[in-house]
Amino acid sequence: MDLEFTAAEQEFRQEVRAFLADKLPPRLADKVKLGKRLTKEDMEGWHAALNARGWLAPNWPREWGGAKWTAIQNHIFDEEAWAAGAPRVIPFGINMLGPVLIKFGSQAQKEHFLPRILDGADWWCQGYSEPGAGSDLASLKTRAERQGDHYIVNGQKTWTTLGHYADWIFCLVRTSSEGKPQEGISFLLIDMKSPGVTVRPIILLDGEHEVNEIFFDNVKVPAANLVGKENEGWTYAKYLLTHERTGTANIGNSAAALAQLRRIAHDVTKGGRPLAKDPYFAARMAQVEIDLEALKTTNLRILVGADSGAAPGPESSMLKIKGTVIRQEINDLSRRALGPLALPFISEAMDEGYNEAPVGPEYANALASDYFNNRKLSIFAGSNEIQRGIISKTKLGL
Amino acid sequence: MDFALSDDRRMLAETLDRFLKDNYPLDKRHAFARSDEGFSRDMWGEFAELGVIGALFGEDAGGFGGEGDDLMVVFEALGRALVVEPFLPTLLAGSLIADLGLDDQKAMLESVIAGNTLLAFAHGEPQSRYELEHVAVRAVEAEGGFAITGHKSVVLGGGTADKLVVSARTGGASGDKDGISLFIVDAKAHGVSIRSYGTVDGYPAAEISLNGARGELLGAPDIAFPAIEKAFARGIVAVTAECLGAMERAKDLTIEYMHTRKQFGVIIGKFQALQHRMADVLIEIEQLRSSLINAAGHLTAERHLREKMVSAAKNLASRAGRQTAEEAIQIHGGMGMTWEYPVGHYAKRIIMIDHLFGDADHHLERFVELS
Repeated sequence: MDLEFTAAEQEFRQEVRAFLADKLPPRLADKVKLGKRLTKEDMEGWHAALNARGWLAPNWPREWGGAKWTAIQNHIFDEEAWAAGAPRVIPFGINMLGPVLIKFGSQAQKEHFLPRILDGADWWCQGYSEPGAGSDLASLKTRAERQGDHYIVNGQKTWTTLGHYADWIFCLVRTSSEGKPQEGISFLLIDMKSPGVTVRPIILLDGEHEVNEIFFDNVKVPAANLVGKENEGWTYAKYLLTHERTGTANIGNSAAALAQLRRIAHDVTKGGRPLAKDPYFAARMAQVEIDLEALKTTNLRILVGADSGAAPGPESSMLKIKGTVIRQEINDLSRRALGPLALPFISEAMDEGYNEAPVGPEYANALASDYFNNRKLSIFAGSNEIQRGIISKTKLGL
Repeated sequence: MDFALSDDRRMLAETLDRFLKDNYPLDKRHAFARSDEGFSRDMWGEFAELGVIGALFGEDAGGFGGEGDDLMVVFEALGRALVVEPFLPTLLAGSLIADLGLDDQKAMLESVIAGNTLLAFAHGEPQSRYELEHVAVRAVEAEGGFAITGHKSVVLGGGTADKLVVSARTGGASGDKDGISLFIVDAKAHGVSIRSYGTVDGYPAAEISLNGARGELLGAPDIAFPAIEKAFARGIVAVTAECLGAMERAKDLTIEYMHTRKQFGVIIGKFQALQHRMADVLIEIEQLRSSLINAAGHLTAERHLREKMVSAAKNLASRAGRQTAEEAIQIHGGMGMTWEYPVGHYAKRIIMIDHLFGDADHHLERFVELS
C-alpha cells in the first residue's frame, strides 16, 4: 500500500489552489464561511468560473465538456474548494441529470441539454419525492398519460430544492399502474414555464426558503422529452442515485467545518482558558476528528476501487451514513461551543451588505441555524435508514 | 495512492489463512490455551517454517518483512483464528532488539525467527497502567553488567520466554521519559522469579519479580524511551489488526446466525432492528480498517504523525470493537453466552485487546495532546 499522493496529484492540488486564489472572489468565500445566504447570481457566477476552466462537470466524458478526473482528483478538488470557502456546485444538472442523459439520453437530448447545463442557460431541479412517496419512492403517483406526441402530467412533487430558480425539472412519473410499482415509472424532462406548473415555497425549520412543492395540472410535455424508454425510469433513477458517489461522504465540507470548530474552540473561553483546552470538549472534538480521518481513507479506498472498476452500490450507502453522522456531530459541537451566543439570530445579517455590529462573533449568527438545516442530511438522498436497508440487503444478504 | 497489498503479502495472507483454516480449529486453540505453557510449541515451529515469524522483521534483522503492511496481514489472520502462540511478545521484544541491538545481540533473532528462542518484553508494572514512561524497576551497575530489581506485571509470553527484554530505570524518577534503559535478561538467571497464568481471553502472561537479576544493556543507557514508544506503535498496529480479524469473524458468525436462527416463524435476519445494527457494525469495521491502514502506513513517519495515527487507530479499535463484540453476543442471544459456540471467544479477545497498550480513553487523551 502507498498512502502518498503522486507528484502529478500534488501538482494538481497546486493547480486547484492557484485557480481558487485567482477565481474565487473573497467576498463570496466570506459569505460561504460565515454561513450567509447565497443569491442565485452567487451560485451562477461560481458555476461560470468553473465552467470557464473546464472544471464544472469534471466527471463527465471529455466529449461532452468533462475532464475525466480520477477519484483522487475529485477528492483533492473537494478538499481544496471547501477549505477555500467555495460554494458547493448545484448538483441537479451537473451530477444528477447530466450522467443520466449521457448514459440513457437520445443524441438530440444530449446535444441540446448538456451544453445548456454547463453554460448555465438551464437551471435544473429534481422531481422525485411526493407527499406520499418519500423513502418509498416507487409508490409515486404523479401521472403522465400519453396523448399523441405529448404526455399530460398531473400530480405533485415536493422537497424540490431550489425549484424556485429552476427552468427545468427532471421528474419520475407514473406511466403504468401494471406490475410492480417500480415497473411503471418513466423519466421525463419538463419545462417549468409550461402552463399548469405551479411552484409553492416550503419554509424549513431554519426559516429559509430552500425547498418547494411543485404542482402539475394538465401539463403538456412533448414525448421527445422522455429519457430512455417508457416504464424504465426506475433503472435510470437508481443509476442517478448511486452515480454521484464522490460527494457522498461530505469529506471536504466536514473537514472545513471541523477546522472552523477548532477556531471557535480556541476563541471561546471556559473558566478563563480556551474551550479547546477543556478535556471533555477536546475529547469530543478529537473523537470526531478520528472518525473523519478514517472516513477519508474509507472514501479513497472505495473511490480508488471504483476507478479500477469495482462495484460501488452498498459502499456509497456506508459513506452516506457515516459522512452525514460525522457532519451532524460537527454541527452539534459548533453550536455548543458558542454557549449562549448560539441563541441570537438576526436574519438580515445573513444577507450581504448588512452593516450593523454582530451580536458576538460574526460567525455565530448562522451556526445554530446551520445545525437545524443539516438535520436534513440524514433524511435526504435516501434516509440513513434506507441506506442501512440497502447494506443489509446487499452486504448481509438479508 | 494505492490500497492494494503487494503480491507477496497477498500470498502470505492466503497461505497463513489456509494453514489456520486447516490446522487451527477453535477446539484445538482452546486445548493449546489450556495446556501448561498456554500455547503449542509444535504450532510455533510450524509458523516458523511457514515464514510467519520472519514476516515480523526486516531484512537487516534476518527477516523478510517487518513493515506496517506485513504486521497488518499477519495479525489480521491471527485474529481470525484467535491464535494464542506468542507472536505479540516476539514482535515487541524482537523489534527492540532489531532496533537497538549490537550485532551479537541481533544474532539471536535468527534463532527467534526459526522458532527456537522465545522472547518477551517485560515493561508494564503494577502502577504503570498505560503510561509507557512509568518505570520504577531499577538497574544499577554491577560486576559485568547491571543488576535489576523490581516487579514487572502482565508480561505477555513472560512465562515461557527464554530471553526477556526488561526496561529499568538507570536515572530520574518513575514518571520521567529520561533515565530509562533496556536490558536483555536470561529468564533462567539468578534473581528472576516468574509466576505464569492465562489471561481471561486465553493468552499466556506472567508476573515477573527481579531481585538483583543480571542484565545486559540493550542500546544506550537512559535514552530507551523513544525506542520503546516505537516498539509499542508496532504492537498497537499488530493488536489493532488482530482485533479487526476477530471482528470480521464475529461479524460473519453473526450474519450466519441471522440467516439460520428462526423465531416467530422467520429467520431473525428478517427483523429490521437487527439488520440496521449489523449494517452499522459493517460500517465501523470498514472505518477501523481505514484507520489501521493509516497507522500501518505511518509507522516509519516522524514521531508526532506516527503516534497520532496510532492513537486514532487504537481509539477506534476500542469503540468499533466493543460495538461489534456486544452486538455479536446480543444477536446470538443465549448461544452467544455459551463456551461451546465460537462467537463469545471472539468477543472476549476483541474486548480484552482494549486493555493492551491503552484503551479508548487513553488514546483519545493522547490524540488530544498530539493535536
